[in-house]
Amino acid sequence: MDLHDAQSWLVEFQSQLSLQFQKMPGSAIFLRYVKSSYQNDPIRSAVELFLFLFAIRYLLAPSYSTQKKSYVTLSDEEVDELVDDWTPEPLVAPQTSFEEAENERIPVIVGPTGPKTKLSSGRTVTNLASFNFYNLIGNETLKEKAIQTLRTYGVGPCGPPGFYGTQDVHMKTESDIAAYLGASACIVYAQAFSTISSVIPAFSKRGDIIVADRAVNYAIRKGIQISRSTVRWYDHNNLEDMQRVLERVVKEQAKKPLTRRFIVTEGLFENVGDMADIPKIIELKLRYKFRLILDETWSFGVLGRTGRGITEHQNVDAAEVDMIIGSLAGPLCAGGGFCAGSQEIVEHQRISAAAYTFSAALPAMLATTASEVLHMLETNSDMLTQVKENIKTMWTQLDPRSDWVHCTSSVENPIMILVLKAEVISGKKLTVSDQEQLLQDVVDESLVNGVLITRLKSMPRAINVTAKDIGWELQPALKVCITSGLSKREIEKAGITIRHAITKVVNKRK
Amino acid sequence: MPRKTFNPFAGIWPTSAPQTTPSFSEKSDMSPRKTSLKSPKFTQFFSASPRSKSETQTATASLLAAAATPQAYLNSPSQQISSPTLSLPTISLSTARADSTNTDEPPTTLFQPPSPAEARRIARQHAQFGPLGHSTHRYASRHQGGDFPDPVLDEPPYYYLLTTYISYLILIIFGHVRDFFGKRFREEHYRHLQARNGYAPLNSDFDNFYVRRLKMRINDCFNRPTTGVPGRYITLIDRESDDYNLHFRHTGTTTETLNLSSYNYLGFAQSEGPCADAVEESVKKYGLTLASPRADVGTSDLHMEVEDLIAKFVGKPSSMVFSMGFGTNASAFPALVGKGCLVISDELNHASIRFGSRLSGAMIEMFKHNDVKDLERVLREVISQGQPRTHRPWKKILVVVEGLYSMEGTMCNLPGLIRLKKRYKFNLFVDEAHSIGAIGPNGRGVCDYFGIDPSEVDILMGTLTKSFGANGGYIAGDKATIDKLRVTNAGTIYGEAPPPPVLSQISSALRIITGDLMPGQGEERLQRLAFNSRYVRLGLKRLGFIIYGHDDSPVIPLMLYNPAKIPAFSHEMLKRKISVVVVGYPATPLVSSRARFCVSAAHTKDDLDRLLAACDEIGNVLQLKFSSGIAGGAEPLPEGITPEMEKAWKRSQKGEGRGDLVVQPPRWQLSEVIRRGVTDVKVPLR
Repeated sequence: MDLHDAQSWLVEFQSQLSLQFQKMPGSAIFLRYVKSSYQNDPIRSAVELFLFLFAIRYLLAPSYSTQKKSYVTLSDEEVDELVDDWTPEPLVAPQTSFEEAENERIPVIVGPTGPKTKLSSGRTVTNLASFNFYNLIGNETLKEKAIQTLRTYGVGPCGPPGFYGTQDVHMKTESDIAAYLGASACIVYAQAFSTISSVIPAFSKRGDIIVADRAVNYAIRKGIQISRSTVRWYDHNNLEDMQRVLERVVKEQAKKPLTRRFIVTEGLFENVGDMADIPKIIELKLRYKFRLILDETWSFGVLGRTGRGITEHQNVDAAEVDMIIGSLAGPLCAGGGFCAGSQEIVEHQRISAAAYTFSAALPAMLATTASEVLHMLETNSDMLTQVKENIKTMWTQLDPRSDWVHCTSSVENPIMILVLKAEVISGKKLTVSDQEQLLQDVVDESLVNGVLITRLKSMPRAINVTAKDIGWELQPALKVCITSGLSKREIEKAGITIRHAITKVVNKRK
Repeated sequence: MPRKTFNPFAGIWPTSAPQTTPSFSEKSDMSPRKTSLKSPKFTQFFSASPRSKSETQTATASLLAAAATPQAYLNSPSQQISSPTLSLPTISLSTARADSTNTDEPPTTLFQPPSPAEARRIARQHAQFGPLGHSTHRYASRHQGGDFPDPVLDEPPYYYLLTTYISYLILIIFGHVRDFFGKRFREEHYRHLQARNGYAPLNSDFDNFYVRRLKMRINDCFNRPTTGVPGRYITLIDRESDDYNLHFRHTGTTTETLNLSSYNYLGFAQSEGPCADAVEESVKKYGLTLASPRADVGTSDLHMEVEDLIAKFVGKPSSMVFSMGFGTNASAFPALVGKGCLVISDELNHASIRFGSRLSGAMIEMFKHNDVKDLERVLREVISQGQPRTHRPWKKILVVVEGLYSMEGTMCNLPGLIRLKKRYKFNLFVDEAHSIGAIGPNGRGVCDYFGIDPSEVDILMGTLTKSFGANGGYIAGDKATIDKLRVTNAGTIYGEAPPPPVLSQISSALRIITGDLMPGQGEERLQRLAFNSRYVRLGLKRLGFIIYGHDDSPVIPLMLYNPAKIPAFSHEMLKRKISVVVVGYPATPLVSSRARFCVSAAHTKDDLDRLLAACDEIGNVLQLKFSSGIAGGAEPLPEGITPEMEKAWKRSQKGEGRGDLVVQPPRWQLSEVIRRGVTDVKVPLR
């Protein structure tokens, strides 16, 4: 192609282009405008062009600065030197002596666990530490049912629920729980501990507001942390304080666009053992337009005439609570956790709750066991009365009689949380770690006398946090779990052992 | 009584009968369990496949062609029984046990066919774990030395990329149009997305758009309910929807499908056999739970035993187990890192790693997927710059990678990471959720695969859900590290202890893999998995599909691109009674929707041929064969030419004017793929 051809092609192209341009509606006006402005003032055109380009650049740029502000440009040699100089801390800090002792002290059970449990030391002890409230671990019907399930389904479902991991037994367990509670739908998770940490961030996002009890358990705290929502704490079980917080939130947010607001609390508190006042909380949530996320991990299967949880105990319709989170692993002696609520709430979790979507489903045999236990609870309310009797027996042994400890749990709670009395702490000037040590000595002492109890473990601290970031800390306590597998006399005897152990250890301390 | 049956008419070929017997007895020496397995029957292939008549014919034709040549016939015994026998009644002759003296007797005794109950039992067993077709269907998964190659990412022609974008555009426009009218005329359907009664909507309209308008269209491909064991076959519960996937109605019937969806790598999802027996024993002895967290009284002798076994298996001094894999990561990171520490994470790391590292409060940096060079760039930058603003040096840096990526099928470049670790002194955390049990000559994960001492990696984490058919996760490391983690991580303090039956499943599966229990069986499972993985990968590449990932990985993603092909592929597969996982945005980048096959040791070569045949047909219908050939599937080199000589050979060919250096897109015939498959997987794939 020689020059002449190129030239004619170019001319042709130009005329085509101008033709197309003229065909465009409004092109004439645009042309006239540019021409007239240029005739009068070429600088103006240049300024306009500049402004136009700037506007485009501004619109396309990200809304925040991507440049790292304090970036220091270094040469390769300098970087090499810095790399050589850098010495990281060891991956984990060395164990403290308390932690070391803790590790060694973890009791190892040989064979099955039950009201009487054999330890690796060879001794058989009375077990008041596991959540075997109804003595279901040794139940032959459950075992048989589990073996049947094993022979049909194998053990693991080998996949997340979304990818062929949803088995019919899971769907049955879900509908069983929903029917049992009186909620419209339910979703089953593979681990109770991960359930609420995943439910909260599935709904509450950045900018949303969570009002939570100061004493909520570790899993809830982690859920709140990962949700990145604004959190406001109210004093433990103090509904006046809660109302004050709710009012303030409503006032603060009045001018802002409407965001999701949640109240998060527990039915029976893991760290304190007492009960929340659900009717009052529901009244408040309705008044201030909050949704209620209720963690029933420790109350589901425990409270109420047939174990339906705190809603049954306090005569509240479970449908009034937006989300009920519970455990199938604790009192029910199966495995996994659940969240019950409306259809919409449940279906949303199936795609956006991390611990459901990204984790393998619950083993089938644990799901069928959970269904079976629910059936037992529903049909046989004697199971619950037996435990309640035993709780009363233990209370009479410990709470009013002991000079050193008192029980913060509610009287219906089979997990008795025993803390040192305030006068003991002030009288002996005990710090938190002193109390932990003291109570650990009590645990050891009662184990020596043949009663296995445990201690409320302090929440694990994040690494490298400063003191002011810690916030609420639980009070060190003993944990005594009552079971119906022991007779009244055995419970009495164990109670006396524990009381004497406390007296002995606390007295020894100057 | 264990017995095998074979077709007497197979004897019309003079070589077949004598060949069959030795090969089977040889196999039974290796694994006693295998004596009870039937010889693979070609007829099974068809009886289990629900094709329409014409489809069957095409498949028959292609397989017939494969069986026609003596070469193929020697290579794959599964093709010994050829089409003439299909129409003939099968008479079973007694052979009793393959390893007993009875084999010497002339096969004249007509024997009683297995009782119906026995036949059912065997069928059931085989539905969970298929018998090994031939002793050559095995391979050891091992890094062959040299630099670990990055997998080549093939790209489809621009036409497909463009249509993918246009498809999404159309879907989005349609969605908005529907929303526009819906919000005006069918308000009740949108009420949950609007503020009402003073409550903000639970889902924001914007966030929900994708689920409502895109995912809902193909919702029937997800959350399919199943029943029974997710073994070689998986039984789906049929369901229908009357309202465009908003609700499903179970029809009351079930469909047994070939299972390429479960993470059942070693085929331990079984309801019978040594594992299930051990689990039953354990339920009887221990009950179902310990009803306590590990740190309280949830530790039993069984836990200690399993922790010991896992530690030995992965080659670390100490380990601990948890009841959930996701929870393992979620609680491990806060116990390892915190403020002032840095987590450098592969951009495609699993959600649990992100969840855990976000909880820890450490800073998080990303590097490009599996790109060691990019990791080095990030490392140089962060170490030299220090913490943001203060420029103080990082307290520690934890690099987190996965052994095998479940959506990509890629393995981490462990040798490269170890090289960097020595220079930059970071700590290395390898999440072996998918790789433990699935890769390496002994199934011990990536360290085993690359022949790297596990002590080079600081923390080895893995799940017990996948290869072991159980549930839960573990962390393995130095004794000091694990002891510290035991008292500082929330999973041990609050999480429920793994239940005894699950622990028994783990311990018996581990013992089988290491050979302590049923010697030979573990090795067979590992080698069958490796063979199956390579066989399917090579086959699909040769058919012309774009396949991601490394050759030895049992996760095989087949790229679909166009969003409409996601449900189409899944439905077509289901029609052929194969269940597969399909994934699209947001689990993958917008354009690269894919189907994912998870190969298992429970699959037989026949199953895989069935898969290849199905893919071949569907690939033609859905226009999925668009690989360019750069990622493999090329014609094999002639005898005597090694891969090193390939370039020179090609050049010499060019001189003769027959070949050229341009990569040919592979578009093999199915029959050819199956014919050459068994031998070609044993050499480096190309």
